[in-house]
Amino acid sequence: MKVKIKSNAFLIAVSAVILGLLAGGLLMMSIGSNPFEGFYYLFRGGLMNMERIGNTISTAITLMLVGLSVAFAFKTGLFNIGAAGQMLVGGLCATLVAHYVFIPRPFYLVVIIFCAFLGGALWGVIPGILKAKFNVHEVVATIMMNWIAYWSIYYFVPAYLKGPSLETESKSIAIGQTLRSPWLTGIFGGGYINLGIFVAIAAVFVIKYVLDKTTLGFELKAVGSNRFCAEYAGIKVNRNVVISMMIAGGLAGLAGMAYYTGYSRNIQIGVMPSMGFDGIAVALLGASNPIGVLFSALFFGMLQSGKGFMNAMTEVPPEIADTIIATIIYFTATSVLFSRFWDSVGRRKRDKAQQKSDQDESKEEVSHE
Amino acid sequence: MNNTTTKQSLFTSPLGIAIYIVVGLVLLAVMATNHLIGMILPYAIAYTIPLLMTALGGLYSERSGVTNLGLEGLMLVGYFASALTINLTEQTLQASALPLGLLAGVLAGALFSMLHAFASINLKADQVISGTAINMLASALTVYLARTIAGSGNVRIMLGIVRRDIPGLSKIPGIGTLFFTQSYWSTWVALIVWGASWFLLYKTSFGLRLRACGEHPSAVASAGVNVYGMRYFGVGMSGALAGLGGSIILITYSGEFNGTVAGLGFLSIAALIFGQWKPLGILGATFFFGTATTIANVSQVIPQLGVIPPVIFKVFPYVVTLLALIVFSKRSAAPKAVGEAF
Repeated sequence: MKVKIKSNAFLIAVSAVILGLLAGGLLMMSIGSNPFEGFYYLFRGGLMNMERIGNTISTAITLMLVGLSVAFAFKTGLFNIGAAGQMLVGGLCATLVAHYVFIPRPFYLVVIIFCAFLGGALWGVIPGILKAKFNVHEVVATIMMNWIAYWSIYYFVPAYLKGPSLETESKSIAIGQTLRSPWLTGIFGGGYINLGIFVAIAAVFVIKYVLDKTTLGFELKAVGSNRFCAEYAGIKVNRNVVISMMIAGGLAGLAGMAYYTGYSRNIQIGVMPSMGFDGIAVALLGASNPIGVLFSALFFGMLQSGKGFMNAMTEVPPEIADTIIATIIYFTATSVLFSRFWDSVGRRKRDKAQQKSDQDESKEEVSHE
Repeated sequence: MNNTTTKQSLFTSPLGIAIYIVVGLVLLAVMATNHLIGMILPYAIAYTIPLLMTALGGLYSERSGVTNLGLEGLMLVGYFASALTINLTEQTLQASALPLGLLAGVLAGALFSMLHAFASINLKADQVISGTAINMLASALTVYLARTIAGSGNVRIMLGIVRRDIPGLSKIPGIGTLFFTQSYWSTWVALIVWGASWFLLYKTSFGLRLRACGEHPSAVASAGVNVYGMRYFGVGMSGALAGLGGSIILITYSGEFNGTVAGLGFLSIAALIFGQWKPLGILGATFFFGTATTIANVSQVIPQLGVIPPVIFKVFPYVVTLLALIVFSKRSAAPKAVGEAF
């Protein structure tokens, strides 16, 4: 599938965000709430003090990694809607490491990152192989993989990682084994902030480097923009499809690690992580560009972490944040509307300039006479 | 069309044979405990019908040339609309609130699908992304509205369909007791819709045109048919039928709107592919999923099945879908122009 990226991706993103917020405002008005008050508390909830900012960032970490995963697959023309399942598997691997591997901190971090990546990559590579070898549509395949992960964890966690009290979640990870770090927590004065932030930012730049500066990245993008052309040029299309899904899965696995062993300290069963789908929104708004993903993840992270505060202070249900995100995606999908609009604005400006210069010329002519 | 080729690939492919063996074994296991069929079949049918309606909706949309990944969301919209309607009217209208709820679900689904139609037909948006937006929008908006209108994210209804024996037919030995006793009237409505859809799509010139829009839209356009109109109809039908599917979940086995249809919409898309974009095929595929779900749900109370870990049953439908897709995707019978803007 083609994901068309226009040169004015930034304008489109901004227009989509404005329309999404507008739609959110209208919805707030429709239930008799003051939209300005609603948005004030929504943003305040995400940003009012260091701890809240830390929480916004730590929500954004997960979204960023999932967004990167989806964006990376987009670049090869693949739609990875299975980030939720890859997150679950990567998160489970990370949780297992956190429970059973006790080694010095630097080595431990390497091991946990490696295992989470591997778990997610495994879950991503299966649809990749199915796509490459059997032409199975990756959208349906990844959704099936989501549910397989969901049910496997539903039975695996109570059987092997059962918590002392609750049946529905795994036992908590010892605080020293999570990704939280005392100095980071100290800077932000508590909250969910964790070392995942460095993983996410590193991932953004690694992916940017891979896509822009390496042969692999070039091949992946070539396959994404025209697979027949790429094949003709001697690029092994199927191999690239598999690699792309593997890396995308791995990134989502890292998101699972950041979420289940950093933001949270256990895995809940019977919950499909909604970030797996919000990540699609992040990738689309960021125009599949790693830097774009970074900023759109921060924006959505703010909406997600502020919604609870808004709900406490006003009558507006927290789902307003998800509605805004979904509306933004709809408007990103229909971006042709905006590009037409901005094109026409540009044309009108040009026409005006043209007219003006024409007028000037004619004036000059007049003055000559 | 390529009927013969798909059949050939099915029988000759080792994976196809493997699937038949697996399905056969499961059926045999059920047969062996014969009285179980009577126990499982009503549930299997109850789970099948919402999937069947939604997959049938997908058939309209994809046959007209529009991929509809938003079926999950459209189902949810129907689920919500009917829950809200019945919740608000059941006190005054009593039993007639149920058909009203179904109608509300159908209309809400059709209305919501217009967002997808507008994006993918007029604006030539990426249909997969638009469908994803529909899903996200539906799951956020329905819970938002449920909270503001009904006061909670869950909307419960008091009424449900009373199961009835069909007079006359239920007396037939064997089949009668299996299919015509204790059935929901919504099941018969759904089967009539299915039959009528088959007739409309395959036996009328309108249906021929609609299907042609999914194969070769420019040819149809040159014959003077309004391709946009046809595609609007296809997407609208997919919304209406997915909405109907969601409503049927509510009034048969759920009884409560809880903010999710748990992947049934996506399963319907898989059933559509599994069923090779044909009415009879999707009937078989959805019945298979319905049966598999039922077996997964009841496996714990049946001693013969209780020895197998429940996770096997739970992932079974999804694993089989993947295997089936492996078999069917090589020579896909998908409409040729599906997903392409015209």
